[in-house]
Amino acid sequence: MTQTVALTGNTAVALAMQQIEPDVVAAYPITPSTEIMQSFATYIANGEVDSELVLAESEHSALSACVGAAAAGGRVMTATSSQGLALMWEVLYIAAGLRLPIVISVANRALSAPLNIHGDHSDMMGARDSGCIQLYAETAQEAYDNTLQAVRIAEHPEVRLPVLSGMDGFIISHSIERMVVEDREAVRGFVGPYVPHHPLLDLAHPVSYGPLALPDTYMEHRRQLVEAMRRAERVIEAVGTEFGARFGRTYGLTEAYRLEDAEFGLIALSSAAGTCRVAADELRARGMRVGVLRPRVLRPFPHARLRDALGHLRAIAVLDRADSPGGFGAPVFTEVRSALYGLPSPPLVIGRVFGLGGRDLLVEHVTEVAEALEKALETGEPPEPVDYLAVRE
Amino acid sequence: MASLREISERPDRLSPGHRLCAGCGASIVVRQVLLACEEPVVVANATGCLEVATTLYPYTAWRVPWIHSAFENTAATISGVEAMYRVLRRKGRLPHNGPVKFLAFAGDGGTYDIGLQALSGALERGHSFLYVCYNNEAYMNTGIQRSSATPLGAHTTTAPAGRASPGKLQPRKDLTAIVAAHRIPYAAQASVHLWHDLMGKVRRALAAEGPTFLNVLAPCPRGWRHATSETIDIARLAVECGVWPIYEVAEGRLRITHRPRTRRPVTEWLASQGRFAHLLEPGHEALIEQIEREVEAEWERLQRLERLGAETGGSNGPDRGGTAH
Repeated sequence: MTQTVALTGNTAVALAMQQIEPDVVAAYPITPSTEIMQSFATYIANGEVDSELVLAESEHSALSACVGAAAAGGRVMTATSSQGLALMWEVLYIAAGLRLPIVISVANRALSAPLNIHGDHSDMMGARDSGCIQLYAETAQEAYDNTLQAVRIAEHPEVRLPVLSGMDGFIISHSIERMVVEDREAVRGFVGPYVPHHPLLDLAHPVSYGPLALPDTYMEHRRQLVEAMRRAERVIEAVGTEFGARFGRTYGLTEAYRLEDAEFGLIALSSAAGTCRVAADELRARGMRVGVLRPRVLRPFPHARLRDALGHLRAIAVLDRADSPGGFGAPVFTEVRSALYGLPSPPLVIGRVFGLGGRDLLVEHVTEVAEALEKALETGEPPEPVDYLAVRE
Repeated sequence: MASLREISERPDRLSPGHRLCAGCGASIVVRQVLLACEEPVVVANATGCLEVATTLYPYTAWRVPWIHSAFENTAATISGVEAMYRVLRRKGRLPHNGPVKFLAFAGDGGTYDIGLQALSGALERGHSFLYVCYNNEAYMNTGIQRSSATPLGAHTTTAPAGRASPGKLQPRKDLTAIVAAHRIPYAAQASVHLWHDLMGKVRRALAAEGPTFLNVLAPCPRGWRHATSETIDIARLAVECGVWPIYEVAEGRLRITHRPRTRRPVTEWLASQGRFAHLLEPGHEALIEQIEREVEAEWERLQRLERLGAETGGSNGPDRGGTAH
């Protein structure tokens, strides 16, 4: 039975995992995702889920065990953050290249140095070319819902790729939220049984996973991975629609807020989108027509959807909770700007980096950026294309 | 154990036609291990000569399920496979009923060095698998770089012998002892020329519940600088000169499973391969003495541990195999 409960993002994800009952879970503790594995281990200790839990000696080994387990022929999940995802980096590419549908829950956290345990997107941004699908949840509710959908997306025969399912470290992972959880049987019905694909354990049909591919065959493998990623766009939408039909909460590639009649747009991933919506409402109360777009999926990047949703705007500010030192702007900014390039009269697009290492994003930070866009259009003087919010210079 | 005739009639589970060098010790290790496995197996393989030479896409030499993921994570990868096997067996979802054995193959670089952490973790967690290190005492796949398995005084491309250096300056790591210190059910050293001893050890390892380990000396003609026809002779010389003792540690008890009838001088070993040729030139006498002392000390240590095991009770170890051939 559907229940309204109070859970942290971490315990919501752990509950989703308990309901999914993956065959193997391999993990290593790291703040702020540790609680996911603690809760899941408690489910196992109490006999509430039948999964093999491999408590590895590092994240590298945790994901390596996931690779072996997934190739063996069953459903596999793990969870990590920050340095842990960085340590998995080598194996992320392998998991994707071997087309293994592993679901990796990530409580997003800054990367060292300096050491910082708080939320930003640097960890998943570092993995954005790994071939893993990337989902970013705004709330604990969505983190729970995304975990259920991630299984379906990863395992879809048209896709067969790992999914990184992110939520903001501490802001979502550790905040208690009023949310809805579904009945376990309904969840099982939604995710369905695992359908193995050339499993190692099918001894009658021996297969070799992970051969050497020289220049005459390597590129075709990578090209097929790209095609799988492109197909994932349709699959993510279809799964989000089916999820909505079953549970009443529909998800797409992006989430738009008051964009139809807007002149100005704010773009942010994850929990910052809520702050942007409050700012948009305040600015609209003052007569400025502002809307918000939250990309829920960064890989595959929904460029066509963004062009449709943003093409009519006059100016856009992209807020990134990660940076690309030495690059021209942070990751979401560069992708959005690139997606809009070539439109007959593309909007002005600026990028602002905020919230690194868990620094708060305040509504006034967002309204200041929007007002800078408005002023730029009035005066004809473009603002700094790439800059920082709330940092001591 | 099965007779040589019976074994020779078993299907080869590593097919011919792979690209390993003539005289490669690694393929001999793999074939002997696979021939000793009567049960179905799933194999994990570290990056290295064995992997690149046996699975050049779209070909594979493996007639058993096989996975390679990276260099340092073979033990972690096979532990995932084994974990999946356990849970699917419990849930009744295995595509194949009956026992399956899990094998990992890695070179010394992937075992002594970059894979040591993953190996230690998998041993501690207690997965049921046999980890086989085909030990050719250097990074051969990348071109003969020194590893922590490279012996003192050997020439490699990253610790070359030159006017100011006699080659590798450090003795090799005692990995078998490190593995045995995890108190796993079975760990052993073996050599490709003692096929009966090696295959007996595979049988005993597979009979144990939990993680087991074999460290097999696998001569590399390219890296060691000997003729491709001499691989088995060189392996025999390593054992007869005492540089590669043949023993096992079963349930904590050490037993020397093969004693050379006559011990040959270490200098014969050094003279047999180009990687040690520089040591026989004047000026390296002290280093040769150090190598001889260390060989002797290791032999004494093993004999002491064997006596200690015998004195502290229990049976006299496994009664099959382990004799000299």
